[in-house]
Amino acid sequence: MLETYLKERRKGKDILLMTHIVAGYPDWDACSDMVAAMVDAGVDLMELQIPFSEPIADGPVILKANQEALERGVTVARCLEFGREMARRHDIPFLYMTYYNILLRRGVAAFVHEMADAGIRGAIVPDLPPEEGEEYLSAMAENGCDPIFIFSPTTSDERLRYLSSVASGFVYCVARKGVTGMDTRFSDELGAYLGRCRRATDLPLALGFGVKDKTDVDFLTGKADIAVIGTQTLRLVEEQGVAAVGDFIRGLR
Amino acid sequence: MNKKGYFADFGGAFLPEILVATFDELTAAYESAKADPAFWQEYENLMSSYSCRPTPLTLAENLTRHFGGARIYVKREDLNHTGAHKANNVMGQGLLVKRMGKKRVIAETGAGQHGVATATMAARFGFDCTIYMGEVDVERQRPNVFWMEQLGAEVVPVKDGTRILKDAINEAFRDWVSNMDNTHYVLGTACGPHPFPEMVAWFQSIIGREARAQVLEREGKLPRRIYACVGGGSNAMGIFGGFMDDPVELVGVEAGGRGLDTGAHASRLCSDDAAIGVAQGYKTYFLQNAEGQMQETHSIAAGLDYVGVSPILSHLREEGRARFTAATDREVVAAMRLTIRKEGLIPALESAHAFVQAFKDAPDMSPEDCLIINQSGRGDKDIFTVADAFEDPGWREFIIRKAEQYQT
Repeated sequence: MLETYLKERRKGKDILLMTHIVAGYPDWDACSDMVAAMVDAGVDLMELQIPFSEPIADGPVILKANQEALERGVTVARCLEFGREMARRHDIPFLYMTYYNILLRRGVAAFVHEMADAGIRGAIVPDLPPEEGEEYLSAMAENGCDPIFIFSPTTSDERLRYLSSVASGFVYCVARKGVTGMDTRFSDELGAYLGRCRRATDLPLALGFGVKDKTDVDFLTGKADIAVIGTQTLRLVEEQGVAAVGDFIRGLR
Repeated sequence: MNKKGYFADFGGAFLPEILVATFDELTAAYESAKADPAFWQEYENLMSSYSCRPTPLTLAENLTRHFGGARIYVKREDLNHTGAHKANNVMGQGLLVKRMGKKRVIAETGAGQHGVATATMAARFGFDCTIYMGEVDVERQRPNVFWMEQLGAEVVPVKDGTRILKDAINEAFRDWVSNMDNTHYVLGTACGPHPFPEMVAWFQSIIGREARAQVLEREGKLPRRIYACVGGGSNAMGIFGGFMDDPVELVGVEAGGRGLDTGAHASRLCSDDAAIGVAQGYKTYFLQNAEGQMQETHSIAAGLDYVGVSPILSHLREEGRARFTAATDREVVAAMRLTIRKEGLIPALESAHAFVQAFKDAPDMSPEDCLIINQSGRGDKDIFTVADAFEDPGWREFIIRKAEQYQT
């Protein structure tokens, strides 16, 4: 399972890196190249986001990537093929990130089975709280996949413990209120929040939303196990092209 | 957070974690208000002194004679302050915002009626106000944009997605996840995560409570049928709510757009194009493709141009408690014109959908029976769309002259 892999991996590194791409954006070749560049630069695990027409947890950059991918005819079926191909080709764990309706329409059990069969290790479904996710949770358990749940600064200690009891793999802590891709203040307050998260679970902690450079990653070292780079690589690709990705990732730690 | 807000298999609360605590707070405030008889009294007092409640139940004698069947009554939600039933929900939520001590409200709007109502409430209660509105709707409902801005609201045109109501809802959620500490999201219809469907239906139930008492007083018996248009479903839930336990047929009329076989419509409950899904935080019928991506919708009425529908109405459909039909853009314009000429009533394009189905059914009903149409709003706001649909030459000339004046 992911937890063992991550804890093992952490023994050799002060902090791990998880990166993110929107499947099919800007196009399939660029996606393959980005994944290869990220793996080559030492990324420890990756999220592949399956585009959805209503991504309410995402900010403008990822929202636009979702929409443009869909406008160009990216299908869920093609995303799943891409996931299978990436998992086969690269020796790091991949996760799907998407919204619940994508699973529901395909059939939750069928989706999870297909995912496990393709070698995808877990999933992040930001609009599926565990209370609504019975079918999902049991399908993930049956197939040996990790359901990644989210901690937020507004979550009570009691609920952090509840989420921890249903989560496996690791926990994704969102750094602040708001959507993806906005500025985060890497402050004592964030440190205190991560301390609260740490006390609520033994699972590795990932911290995402607004992580954009080495300074941010340095701040998180010692406080979280995984730094999540999402929007920032998309911005970089839009501004400087896929070739800039490798050096950017290498410069983060 | 518990698993709640379900109507059989519809509803729920599919929330990003960051909003769970906000919804817990809102649910608690709603439940305490609902349990407090003084709250409903305060609400009724406000609606009778600031809006026009109780709104009249008008017997449409000329239309009744014209169709020669059931006696046609019209529930006059158009006479609410700001011109639509939207005020009921908005003023109710405004009282709740005061209880929660928040200082800012945000809302989505399609036709602009909910936006105007929210901006009005914010002006009255002294809240800051931001309204999200799809760029397409900003174009087709310009007069409402003007009034929202005059009322002190900031109107943000939403340029993402299909640029209509659903996209405005997504954008309002994005604002809320950043600003929930001081901000309440005044969702405008009986959709979204729990407690919104139930809470909005509760505020709107004032329509049905009044209508039932009024028709019993006038006719000495219940109506055979109730007609309401269905966008998100709040006016339908409002009037249906008064007759849920009665032997009265409930008829919801969706936007048939250019026709159900064209794909250009917003019929979730009476077309084969919709399927059960989860989006915008709740489970219901959505117009979506086989992979779960939401589809474009179309209606001449911006307020019905929506991809989902109240989970409570989805439940009523599954139970067979309500019947759902569709009215096309063309039928709607004809029904609106007839109603204006025969009765001097100007229903909103949204409301005119309900008139279409009532007009189809009335001739086959006994003159001993009566029916009620919920006129959810007034049509003045639709003057640009209606003038185009009526192909009114005088209006067109006027606009051209007006444009020329601005250009010089």
